[in-house]
Amino acid sequence: MTELRRQRTDLSNEPVVPLQTDAASGPEEVLPDTTTPGARSLGSDAWRELRGRPMFWISLALILLFLVMAIFPELFTSKDPAYADLSKAREKPSADAWFGRDTQGYDVYARTIYGARASISVGILATILSMVLGVVIGIVSGYRGGWMDSVLGRIGEIFLAIPLLLGGILFLYTFPNGPETPFMIGVTKVAFVIGIFAWPTISRLMRSSVLQVKPNDYVQAARALGASPMRIIGSHIVPNSLASVIVVSTINLGVFIAVEATLSFLGVGLVPPVISWGTQISEASGIGLIRVAPHILLFPSFFLSLTVLSFIMLGDVVRDALDPRLR
Amino acid sequence: MTVGTGRTADVEVLDTRGAWIPVDGLVLEVEQLQVEFRTREGVAKAINGVSFVLHQGETLAILGESGSGKSVTAQAIMGILDSPPAFIAGGEVRYCGQDILKLSENERRRVRGPEISMVFQDALSALNPVFSVGWQIAEMFRKHRGMNKTDSLAQAVRLMQRVQIPGAAQRVKAYPHQFSGGMRQRIMIAMAIALDPAVLIADEPTTALDVTVQAQIMQLLKDLQQERKMGLILITHDLGVVADVADRIAVMYAGRIVEQADAFELYARPAHPYTKGLLESIPRLDQKGETLDAIGGLPPNLMHIPPGCPFNPRCHHAQDICRVDPPPPLREVARHRFAACHFSELLLTDSPELEVTQTTEEVEAHLERELQYPMTDAGLDHEEEVERGVEPQ
Amino acid sequence: MGKYIVRRLLQMIPVILGTTFLIYTMVFAIPGNPVEGRCGERPCPPNYVAAFNAEYNLDKPLLVQYALYLGKLLQGDLGMNFYGNSVAHELAIRWPTTIKLAVMAIIIEIVIGISAGVLAGIRRGKFSDTLVTVSTLVLISIPVFVIGNLAQLIFGVRLGWFPVTATHGTFYELILPAFVLASLSVAYVARLMRANLVENLRADYVRTARAKGLSNARTVGVHTLRNSLIPVITYIGIDLGALMGGAIVTERIFNINGVGNFLYRSINQKDGVAVVGTITMLVLVFLFANLIVDILYGVLDPRISND
Repeated sequence: MTELRRQRTDLSNEPVVPLQTDAASGPEEVLPDTTTPGARSLGSDAWRELRGRPMFWISLALILLFLVMAIFPELFTSKDPAYADLSKAREKPSADAWFGRDTQGYDVYARTIYGARASISVGILATILSMVLGVVIGIVSGYRGGWMDSVLGRIGEIFLAIPLLLGGILFLYTFPNGPETPFMIGVTKVAFVIGIFAWPTISRLMRSSVLQVKPNDYVQAARALGASPMRIIGSHIVPNSLASVIVVSTINLGVFIAVEATLSFLGVGLVPPVISWGTQISEASGIGLIRVAPHILLFPSFFLSLTVLSFIMLGDVVRDALDPRLR
Repeated sequence: MTVGTGRTADVEVLDTRGAWIPVDGLVLEVEQLQVEFRTREGVAKAINGVSFVLHQGETLAILGESGSGKSVTAQAIMGILDSPPAFIAGGEVRYCGQDILKLSENERRRVRGPEISMVFQDALSALNPVFSVGWQIAEMFRKHRGMNKTDSLAQAVRLMQRVQIPGAAQRVKAYPHQFSGGMRQRIMIAMAIALDPAVLIADEPTTALDVTVQAQIMQLLKDLQQERKMGLILITHDLGVVADVADRIAVMYAGRIVEQADAFELYARPAHPYTKGLLESIPRLDQKGETLDAIGGLPPNLMHIPPGCPFNPRCHHAQDICRVDPPPPLREVARHRFAACHFSELLLTDSPELEVTQTTEEVEAHLERELQYPMTDAGLDHEEEVERGVEPQ
Repeated sequence: MGKYIVRRLLQMIPVILGTTFLIYTMVFAIPGNPVEGRCGERPCPPNYVAAFNAEYNLDKPLLVQYALYLGKLLQGDLGMNFYGNSVAHELAIRWPTTIKLAVMAIIIEIVIGISAGVLAGIRRGKFSDTLVTVSTLVLISIPVFVIGNLAQLIFGVRLGWFPVTATHGTFYELILPAFVLASLSVAYVARLMRANLVENLRADYVRTARAKGLSNARTVGVHTLRNSLIPVITYIGIDLGALMGGAIVTERIFNINGVGNFLYRSINQKDGVAVVGTITMLVLVFLFANLIVDILYGVLDPRISND
């Protein structure tokens, strides 16, 4: 009996599970088979793809760096950000103050490190709010349909009609942050207003995902088997629709941090004595000041941009990994 | 003698053939065509030495499963393979005696469309959604014959009438999504025959349509072919569609032609176990209640084609020679019949000497245990994409 | 097509009502706010407050207030600001400058964004693609006001190519601010264009076009481009909102006498009436611009309008 030559690929001997693709969809919606153990689902394929990309690790490392900076600023500097030496105002970077000092004599480096907390907190809170609201409303709209969908759609349109920045200005004009506003209240207010005007984008995305997943056979099968709506939504619809929302939210996190900075720059976001990158840059602006002491502007700007960049990069890379047609 | 100088009541066929004249009545000769897909994960031999000829006015059906290479063959002839990752690694494609693979891209473009044209499977995605159907048909005249807008549009209307689209004059400015599936397919056909090509390649033209419309479209193709003396290459996996229309049939498997014969003879008595398996797997009313006789297993991953005859793992008659010796070439096993099997003669005469070495169940069990050719989902997707000529992994 | 336009117009009405109500409520329905700051450091005398309330109907129930406000709005009356000037008038004299700025920014956005996107799309994976992808990424990460400040510093102060401020609103003065304003959108437009082009290049109709013997230039330039442009055009409409926000920042940095700067100063002075009036008007402009974009979309994509 002749020996049959065995041909192995570099993949392990897993059982074959067909990969479903929604041919008519946009770049985000792909349906992984999440129920069969050991199957090559979209998730594991994406992970495999992500592992090999340097961009993924770089952005992840940066994000972790900034997160640590936000939570434990003491690890990065021993100086006190609230200590000001007026005599040394606008001093250029030196061995004593690595990033120099600003107009009031504060240590720019210390303030930049401590500023991470406010900026990143706003970003994270705003993202969570917009995601929660957006996902829930999107699922309800898409799954229920009918008049509820129309009403929610209109409400979403109303919020969408007001550009994010204008809405932020409006809200924070009515409920301004003052010098006495406690840190968490100030941060929450800014995060709240960003999230409130950002949820419609997420809900639209979620809704269209749900609408694409709902008519699929496996959902119909689950309904025929008597599964409750919660179960169908939880086990079938959400896992398959969440991919695009996660990608967009990751990118949004970066964008929201920039929005907070812009609001603070305009004077309505976070307000001194709260330290955030936005307030720092706001204080550093003005052509007269920049001419003589650009370092006050440059260092916080650099940190801000790098943080925003890393979140956007991460979102990009994850989106590319989840899109089967780019592989 | 020039092809296509016929005149019908509806359409004046343009005689601009000029330099392209069939040789010995042959319009197309494909000889030992080889196409590779070079990807990150390896080289897939999508087409492995395919040869056939097409006569003027003849219908050749290329039959095969997904992954057999039939669409890739068509696209290679047309010259529309995505290169990279696809590369034509060898062989010749002669149109009217001249090897068109050696032509420059500019010259090739003068053949593609006016001389050899193609109709695709899904008309909705194959037509550009943002331009009117008249505009798209007329484009052939504007770009290849230098006609102006009005004249080309008038020609488009005539073509639409020829393919039996009701109210053609009013609908010439409509958009693809406003037509039904069958109508869209007719529009594609109109676009393809616009410049009166000598060869029309139809890649699964009716697969996306329902049965009654299928019959209409096939009838339309047949009529057009007879009227214009076109050579028609029909690519399909559907044995039923082929039976009425084809003169000759070529069966493809794993990038090779495994059998070629006149249609009637092929159906009557196949000369290759694969063809035999295909014919036997057609559900029949008188076999109601019995197990469907499908061919066990799956087509091979084109990057890891089994040694010997590519069909051997699934073949009921496979013997050592099939697994060890180089793959049997396509040879003449009877008059005008070609097959690539060591045992074709035995099959043809239904000889008792022909052993059954494994049943379908045994094939399945064998493949599951041995994972002879690992068919991962990536492999499946990959092959379909290879088939469709889309960039694979 | 006409039906489509009418449909969109009708859909807009509840949205207009909703947004104006939202805006109004946020500022005027909160007790104590509207008069804040109008009387200097001290709280306003009661008869001033009473007069103010009467003028702006603040003692009536909310819905009535809103209805009356809406009535005035329809007549173009946006109220008076601190200095007793009609807000509508203040905006009217500043609009032309802002429109100039915005139009310049949009042109830059379209020309550079679309070209860069197309270039990156057809040369996918090659150097120009990477260049575009990376630079857009960086551009998106830097907030508008940082770019504005830096541009002012480098191109205005250090290099001296452009004036540092644009108080007169002349064309030349507005070039640098326009580039700054467009910077964010250019990046998004380029990325969107690239993604669309790449996706459309895989489409079946591209294969058909090739099978018809059409040249590569025609296949990409005519067939693919038309399909790819559609989402980009609609994006530019949505982007107008971001552009408005960016205009506030840009006008502040370059001291441009436009609507954005007016809004900024009104906020600083706590001029509630001016703030509400300006934002309301900006939102309405945004809504109508989106309507126009939607109509344009219907024109470009026959699948939408010819249903």
